Formats: sequence, C-alpha cells, structure tokens
Amino acid sequence: MYALVDGNNFYVSCERVFRPDLRDRPVVVLSNNDGCAIARSNEAKAIGIKMGAPWFQIEKLQDELGLVGLSANFPLYADMSDRMMSLAAGLGHRQEIYSIDESFVDVTGIRGDLTERSRKVRARILQWTGLPTCIGLGPTKTIAKLANHIAKTAERKPNMYPSHHAQVCNLGTLSKPELDALLQATDVGDVWGVGRRISAQLIEAGVTNALELSRLDPATVKARWSVVLERTVRELQGMQCIEFEDHPDDKKQIACTRSFGQPVTERRHLQEALTEFASRAAEKLRKQNGHAGQVLAFIRTSPFRQNDKQYSRSAIVPLPSPTADTAQIAEAAIAILHTIYKPNFKYAKCGVMLLDLQPATRHQYTLDLEDEVLHNEARQRLMQTLDGVNKRYGRGTIKLASSGTKTQRSIWQMKQERKTPSYTTSWDELCKVRT
Amino acid sequence: MNAPLPLNVTSLWVQSLPATVQAGFPSPADDHAVTRLDLMEQLIKHPQATFMLRVRGDSMKDAGIMDGSVVLVDKAIQPRNGHVVVACIDNEYLCKYFVQRAGRVRLKAANNTYPDITPKDGQTLEIWGVVVASILQHKC
Repeated sequence: MYALVDGNNFYVSCERVFRPDLRDRPVVVLSNNDGCAIARSNEAKAIGIKMGAPWFQIEKLQDELGLVGLSANFPLYADMSDRMMSLAAGLGHRQEIYSIDESFVDVTGIRGDLTERSRKVRARILQWTGLPTCIGLGPTKTIAKLANHIAKTAERKPNMYPSHHAQVCNLGTLSKPELDALLQATDVGDVWGVGRRISAQLIEAGVTNALELSRLDPATVKARWSVVLERTVRELQGMQCIEFEDHPDDKKQIACTRSFGQPVTERRHLQEALTEFASRAAEKLRKQNGHAGQVLAFIRTSPFRQNDKQYSRSAIVPLPSPTADTAQIAEAAIAILHTIYKPNFKYAKCGVMLLDLQPATRHQYTLDLEDEVLHNEARQRLMQTLDGVNKRYGRGTIKLASSGTKTQRSIWQMKQERKTPSYTTSWDELCKVRT
Repeated sequence: MNAPLPLNVTSLWVQSLPATVQAGFPSPADDHAVTRLDLMEQLIKHPQATFMLRVRGDSMKDAGIMDGSVVLVDKAIQPRNGHVVVACIDNEYLCKYFVQRAGRVRLKAANNTYPDITPKDGQTLEIWGVVVASILQHKC
C-alpha cells in the first residue's frame, strides 16, 4: 500500500507562509526570467490563468483582479520541501521523493486506520510548516496518484467527487462499486502516465475515463499502444509494476542551462555564462562523487523571437581522462564555444551538460603514471578546498576568473525582478516581525 | 525444523583490548566520552517547525526581546496563556504575549507604553507560532 503526499500549489503555498497578505488572492509564480506561470493559487486558477501562461499576457490582471506575480524563489521552496518531506516520511517506513513537492510513502503492513493516520500527518504538516497537502492512498503507485488527484480535486471543485474524499482519499479500502464510480468520474487524461497524445488516441478509441482504461486487456494495450500504457493499465488493476525507488541512482547526466535575462551577442559574455554553468555542473558532479568523460556545450537564439536570425549549435568534446575538475570542464566548454560561436546573433540561452558519468573510484591513467597521480591528488584537494570555501562563505566566493565580475554578469544573468527574500536560508533576508 | 542444531564448538577470538595500545599511561578521560553541548539541540525541539524571524520594534523589551533580535518560532507548539507568540493580524506578523482569559484572546506587549491588542469585530487573529527563544548578538 502506497501513499502519495503532495503539496497543494506548492510554490505559492511556500510564499504564503511568509506573506499572509497573499492569502485569498490570485498568485502565480513565474519561471526563469519571469517568463510564464509555473505555479498558480486556486484563486489564479479560478480567474482562468492557465499553466504556462506567459507573464506579459496576464500582467494586466494585476490592476484588474489583484493578481500577484512572483519570481521563483528556489532556495525557499527547497527548504520548505525538505521540512515537508521529512514530516511526510513519518507516514510509513520508506519514502521515495518524487519531485520537490511530492513523495511516495510505503505504508505496507502498517496497522490501524490508514485514512485516519494520513489525516493526522496532513494536519501536522499544515500546522508545523504552514503548507497544505493532499494525500492519496492506493495499492499501486498509479492508484495512489489517482487517489491524490481525487483528494485535490474534491477539495477544489466540490461537485466533481464526493466531498469526504477531499484532502485525504484512500482508494484501498473502498467497495468495488464505490471505487468504480470514482474511476468513472476521472478523465482518462488525468491518469498518471497518460500523456496528452495518448489520451487523445484513447478517447478516439472510446476510452474516456479511468474505469474504461482499467478494463482494457493489458496484452491488447501493449500491442496497440505501448509497454508503458500496459503498465499503467495493470497498475490500475491493482498489480504493482512501477518500482519504489527509495535510493535514487546517481544521475546519468548533469546539466546546467539557463536562459539569459536579455539577449547576448558577445563571445566574452557567453564565455562567462558557460564558465559559470560548467562550474555549477562540476560541483554537482563532485557531490555525487563522479567523473565525467565528455562535455557538451550549446548556444542558441530564441525560437520565440521570430524576427531574429536563428542559430543553434552544440558540440561534444571528450576529456583527456574522466574528471570532476572545474577548470578542465570549463576549459572544454570554452573550447566548444570557440568553435561554434558566430557573431551577430542574439543568443538567448546556453548550457553545459556532463556526459559519460562514472564513479570517481574508477580511474584510467595515462602512461606517465607517477606525475599524473600526484597532480590528480593535488587537483582533487584544490577542488575539495574550493567546495569547502564556497559552502562556508557562499556560492561564488572562489570561482574561475573567466566567469566574469559581478557588474559584467548582470548582462546575462537571470531576470528575477519579483523575487521574495530567501526567508529561511539567508541571515540578511529573514522575515520581519513587529513587536 | 525441529531437528537439533549442532553447536559451533570451534574456539573464538575475542578482541578485548582498547583500540589504542601504546604503552604509556592510559588517558583518564577514556571512560568519559563526551558530546559537547549543542545550542541548536537545546533550543530547537521541532526542527521542521522552527523558523527564525527578525524583530523590529521595542514593545517586547521587558521580555528581553530587543529591536534586531532573532526569534526562534516553533509552529508545532499549541499557544497557551503567557507564551510569547507570533500572531498574524491584518496580514501582519506581530510578536506579543498571548493572553487568554474567559475564552477571549489579547495580545500584550512587554513594555507598558504599548496598549493591549484585542481583535475587533471582523478582525481575525491567528497564532502563527510560539517564540521559544530570542537571540541578541552583541558587538565584538
């Protein structure tokens, strides 16, 4: 038996913990560079703002309807997520953190009324952190996810499902007719793992709701659609097919890419940005104790600015030997830049990806053995020192000179004009309380 | 399953020496392994529920909470009469004494130049958390 604990409108809820004035108002949180809505409060949904709506289109609703748009404040969301996750873990004995705002908890074998237990955990998360959540329970991950969808929808739209399923919905204890009625009331496109394209195909084939999907023959589904959809059907029928991953594997690739706050044309600015992203990626790589064998870097113009001349190019270079050394990785990224850069384009985005990742314990030496071992050890110590200093005194305290100085950086740095303070991660930005 | 299990009768090496076996005088502190006091552990009972806020104003000075202090606020604790709390009134966070008498709630300052705050009709008062400590850092 699994539970899915999911924060409601998570980013907006995090903001509201420290900004009581944002309660009961339409609020959206915007993507990088304040581009489009990536989280919406219920009030924002109610006035018809869609997921991904561009800010320039909905901006006018600020005066008309009191809409508030905020730049994403990821340090805050990450800390609040951590608090929520560690409380959610108390529901069962294993936890899979699925994303920043949702986690599966294995509650198999736990005695007592699971619905009641879930309500208590939900109440605790709300009181302790101020974050509202919904919890769905079911015998498979897909059913738990569906139960969570019902719990959420029943709270927000009271006519869709019976109201006692709001906030906490346990599909594991229902009678067959009750369960079937709920599945029937759920659009096939709202089932986990059914994408927009598949959902259109299913509807065309006369499969419009979750109940009908669950009654399909898995073998037919596999033949006509895919193994993935077959798995979904089996999971809906109560058979566990999707594994519980409480020990996430190390990442197979690491990427650091970003859109610029404004178009960039000059090579030296791209070089600064790529150096910065290479440094970030290398730091992530060292955290998982890995080495990269290859580096990919890309630069591109914005496909949304159709009047601009378009250019997009990437290249991969293999590293002399696998490494997690910031300088070597940045050097590779800059070497790529020099071969792919063309002047007179308005670049909108660039990024670095580390490929061919392997554990740092495996190492291939070139013939010049002794010198290299000594050199590698020295470099490793340098990287440890770099990470140590940056952890203690803040990111970017020590960095490569090619990532530029602060004043120059503003040219390519993200636009985040509407960000709230890092209330829980920066001493200078604590929330104020009047006495 | 009910068959008797044979005992393993081979001899067993038991290492009973302390990890360090230098021939000098043993450290008298060996028997007193210690954990140094941890201030955070003392102050924070519910880590997931504890937030730090910066104080502005001097209405709580007689309770030792000064302008510029950092207060540790625990949202897991149920407020009781006499607690210092962070309350939310008119969308603003306020740090005051929580006073509850005959079912009525008041917010009281620790500075007698400030009047008590009683929620008026239509005003809601919500307790955000209970202040468990305040920290004032001194110049050095």
